[in-house]
Amino acid sequence: MTAAPTVEPAGTPTASTAPRPSVRRRRGGGRLLPLATTVGILVVAELVLRSGVLGSEFPAVSSVVAALITEVSNAAFWDRLYQTVQSWLIGFSLAAIIALPLGLLLASTRFLFRSTRLIIDFLRPIPPLAILPLAVLLLGSGTSMKVWLVAFSAVWPMLFQTIYGAHDVDGVARDTARSYGLGRAQIYRHVVIPGALPYIATGVRLAATIALVVTIATELIVGSAGLGYRINQVRYGGDMTTMYALILVAGLLGWLSTAASRALEKRLLFWHPSQRQAGGGQ
Amino acid sequence: MMLEVTNLAKSYGDVPAIADLTFGVAAQEFVCIVGPSGCGKTTLLKCLSGLLEPSRGTAVLDGTTVDGPPETLALVFQEYSRSLLPWKTVLDNVLLPLRAKGLDKAEQRRLAMESLAEVGLADFTHAYPWQLSGGMQQRVAIARALAYQPKVLLMDEPFASVDAQTRAELEDLILKVRRHFGITVVLVTHDIDEAVYLADRVVVLTKRPTKVAEVIDIDLPDDRDQVTTRESPEFAHLRGQVARLIVGAQPGDADTTNVGVAS
Repeated sequence: MTAAPTVEPAGTPTASTAPRPSVRRRRGGGRLLPLATTVGILVVAELVLRSGVLGSEFPAVSSVVAALITEVSNAAFWDRLYQTVQSWLIGFSLAAIIALPLGLLLASTRFLFRSTRLIIDFLRPIPPLAILPLAVLLLGSGTSMKVWLVAFSAVWPMLFQTIYGAHDVDGVARDTARSYGLGRAQIYRHVVIPGALPYIATGVRLAATIALVVTIATELIVGSAGLGYRINQVRYGGDMTTMYALILVAGLLGWLSTAASRALEKRLLFWHPSQRQAGGGQ
Repeated sequence: MMLEVTNLAKSYGDVPAIADLTFGVAAQEFVCIVGPSGCGKTTLLKCLSGLLEPSRGTAVLDGTTVDGPPETLALVFQEYSRSLLPWKTVLDNVLLPLRAKGLDKAEQRRLAMESLAEVGLADFTHAYPWQLSGGMQQRVAIARALAYQPKVLLMDEPFASVDAQTRAELEDLILKVRRHFGITVVLVTHDIDEAVYLADRVVVLTKRPTKVAEVIDIDLPDDRDQVTTRESPEFAHLRGQVARLIVGAQPGDADTTNVGVAS
């Protein structure tokens, strides 16, 4: 708590701009290590698969990469990718637009929170894919069904994290704002929402991943246009190598989503203990 | 009287925290409130600052009964790291309470800069609280309170979380600020030495359910010094007087020494 007073992370206006090579080198190493491990595993996989001990169902890494290159040079691939990403993002955004304000609203009064708790606790554990038949019945097997199902699945983590976050805002910070005569709206804007942000960010990251899973699963099961449908299609055609290539694409989408959330968290939560750089204060 | 507390009582459900408190604080006076641990000091401050509604009795601040956070009062908490907002810079933290006051931007900024200069932090406006030491963070909290231009400064064990040396510095800072602004200060502490060193009068409280055990005038000279004041025989005598009251404070035997309690 009583650490050196003037040690400040780079990026703040008053911070000294002296470079900190030790930190930078460590960070460089942090990026190199996982990369080296990944390459190593891929090389081992390639050798094992080429040796043929696992049988022919598992194509070699190099064949998968080759299939991927063939697949992405096809215009239809980009169309399917677009279909998947579009449903994913629209469904996710819809969920965010519903969950974040609703979460703040439900957290704002005890009455609302308690009166809605039972119904929310009941709806939440329903696996989104369990209501897939209902969704198809009501909305058909097209994009809008996919989008709503994705939204349904993504709404819960964001809703709950927002409520928990708003409830967990420091009582002292809230009392301070109140004692200075700030109104409800001002307290929400300056204290509650930023205070809940670490929780909300976690909810957003979880929701984005779940939304992607549900998007692709829906395409696989119902056959709505997208990557998932294509995975099933090449499997029926017996083209295992392309199937793996497409699975790889789905994995990349998930990785991108997590990387984007983490980058956003780093920007928005620079003040949070989990994001503060080494040497910054407490 | 700047602050008049009359028969104030607060219970949480059936559990009485404050039984009956009556005392007054004159304008520009420095009053310290001391009492045994868990005697409801924080409850009292919350009642005075309008964050809690008393179960009985009233607190009248500058002629107005407190029934919500008053505009003439600023509160400084012990937990500076929780009361300052980590996502706001030092300057934005100080500006925060001014948003509710309806001042124009330039005036808000002037007040904030002035009070930061007063506590010696003019060069740290763009730092974040968590980049500062504990003592500096509490200075920010004090600057924020001063920028609000209160008539009464309420402080809840403000120096309990910093080391001894920083504590002495902050004590002298608050004495300086009080002289400079002609502000009324009510400071709650469990530290008897601190109470005697800072105060014009010390209100000694009993254990729960809390009453006033005694009010002691501290007739030490006005310009106090960490070394000479604390080594004077008068200081030791007053200190002993307060300490005896706190050690002997029992809920039962408070009635005989109570000030201003009916029956």
